[in-house]
Amino acid sequence: MTSMDMTQGRGISVSVVLRLVLLAVVAGLAVAPVWAGRSDLRLLMEVFSFLALAQMWNLLAGYTGLISVGQQAFVGLGGYLFFALAMFAGLPLLIAIPAAAIATAVIAVPTGWIAFRLQGPYFAIGTWVIAEVFRLSAAQIGALGGGSGISLPVALAKSLADSRGGREMVMYYIAFTIGIASVLMVWGLLRSKWGLALTAIRDSEPAAEAMGVATRRVKFMIYVLAAFWTSLTGGFVFLQKLRITPDAAFSLNEWTAFVIFIVVIGGIGSIEGPVIGVVIFFALREVASDWGTWYLIMMGGIAIAVMLVDKRGVWGAIRARTNLSIFPVTKVLD
Amino acid sequence: MATILSLSNVNKNFGALTVSDDVTFDMPEGQALGIIGPNGAGKSTLFNLIGGTLAVSSGTVQFAKQDVTRVPAAERCRMGIARSFQIPHPFVGMSVYENLLVASSFGNSGHHDAKAECRDILDRTGLLPKANRPAGSLTLLERKRLELARALASGPKLLLLDEIAGGLTEAECHELVETIKGIRDSGVSIIWIEHIVHALTAVVERLIVIDFGKIVAEGEPSKVMADPLVQEIYMGISVDDTAA
Repeated sequence: MTSMDMTQGRGISVSVVLRLVLLAVVAGLAVAPVWAGRSDLRLLMEVFSFLALAQMWNLLAGYTGLISVGQQAFVGLGGYLFFALAMFAGLPLLIAIPAAAIATAVIAVPTGWIAFRLQGPYFAIGTWVIAEVFRLSAAQIGALGGGSGISLPVALAKSLADSRGGREMVMYYIAFTIGIASVLMVWGLLRSKWGLALTAIRDSEPAAEAMGVATRRVKFMIYVLAAFWTSLTGGFVFLQKLRITPDAAFSLNEWTAFVIFIVVIGGIGSIEGPVIGVVIFFALREVASDWGTWYLIMMGGIAIAVMLVDKRGVWGAIRARTNLSIFPVTKVLD
Repeated sequence: MATILSLSNVNKNFGALTVSDDVTFDMPEGQALGIIGPNGAGKSTLFNLIGGTLAVSSGTVQFAKQDVTRVPAAERCRMGIARSFQIPHPFVGMSVYENLLVASSFGNSGHHDAKAECRDILDRTGLLPKANRPAGSLTLLERKRLELARALASGPKLLLLDEIAGGLTEAECHELVETIKGIRDSGVSIIWIEHIVHALTAVVERLIVIDFGKIVAEGEPSKVMADPLVQEIYMGISVDDTAA
């Protein structure tokens, strides 16, 4: 009993230290344009994008048990709808991105209606097929460049800011906002009444249903929310790239496989997991990016190794041994 | 007394297998009803049909004068049907208290003060010292108590208890019987599936015996247990259980 209490006490104080460290890192990142070079900023923008994608995939798979391998559908839709709204509807870029995400969320409703007829592995394959349908459809739209894609007109890109440095600064803060807000949103959600429902579904769907949680409706809402935020990220990603093609926009590897790697390595079913996973993923990528194919083989090897050693991932393994919690969601009866 | 639950000609088939065979019974509000029968007789299936986890193949289920035959499980819980699972399904990643909060937030919540309500239930079920522990760290017996506590937190009018006394010592069993009597006396209708007949008969005023999905006997517990057919079925269970 006493030793248990002591670990608990130490756990809490270490948690506080970790929280302060994280806060300092975020504060540092908030002023990154001051200290970071151009290529560092570009890397950080990618980090934030993947952080948001990972938080969304984790919310979906880690809490509601919906294993989607078709989230690239929403990245691609976000990108394409953003281009279309900016180029043809004349919306300002900063409005076109969220507008595209709202449109994607609307599209996610019938898409989810179809995908939700399928269970477990069939759902996974179904989402993949749906994403392929969107990819093939995008390639048919001549106005958006068909299969070879399209670039964002220079004049539009310049509407963000006149100078290149200015544009990069604006883009950096969009990425920063999308990434950090994804974590805060998930945290807020998990601390609310709906967090209780989501965590209950994660742990036992039949029991959650029997305790009055309309599991199907909750899962659907999360599916649409994840589509929205994934699309928001997608819109930003292609603003940064300034060019979109069906293959890049609806890439399974880039927008889903890497994201699954991040969540699984970091620790599925927690807020901390995807954060840790993103750091590990980019650290590995920076070290090994010029190894060619070996880099992907190494990634696969690491994923298998983590599964064998502790399938709960890095944070899951830490969590099982300590009481650490950076983003506490627990409700305490005092 | 008003009827709280009414099953009419309820059937459930899995392919050629009939697990509920023309089950019909009415239950007055406030009654404590026991269900016994051999393993595989279809007792838990009956709970799944009443709770909405399974859909009936034919027949109707009425709860509090409303036809709930097509109503999903979550909605039935919000109407006041709560259940415990025979094999405990705790939310292992949440604390014991949070397990109750789920039920109290989404169930038939008329709780003005969910925290006080949960504390009271944890106290009555002996789980208060473990309130802030992860449910995954509980022993099997504690998990069974959590099943009861969580079902209570949803604010039930009808409580379905599925073999929560199995594996308890005599003293623990006695304690549980007292707890369930207390719940019954607070006006909650109870259906209790249990193999431990003396625990059951200490609480219930009516007994239903199920065999091969059919109701084969029902009535006042002492009379039902004296029925030669029931004795045969029930002795059969005892012999099998000892052999196993």
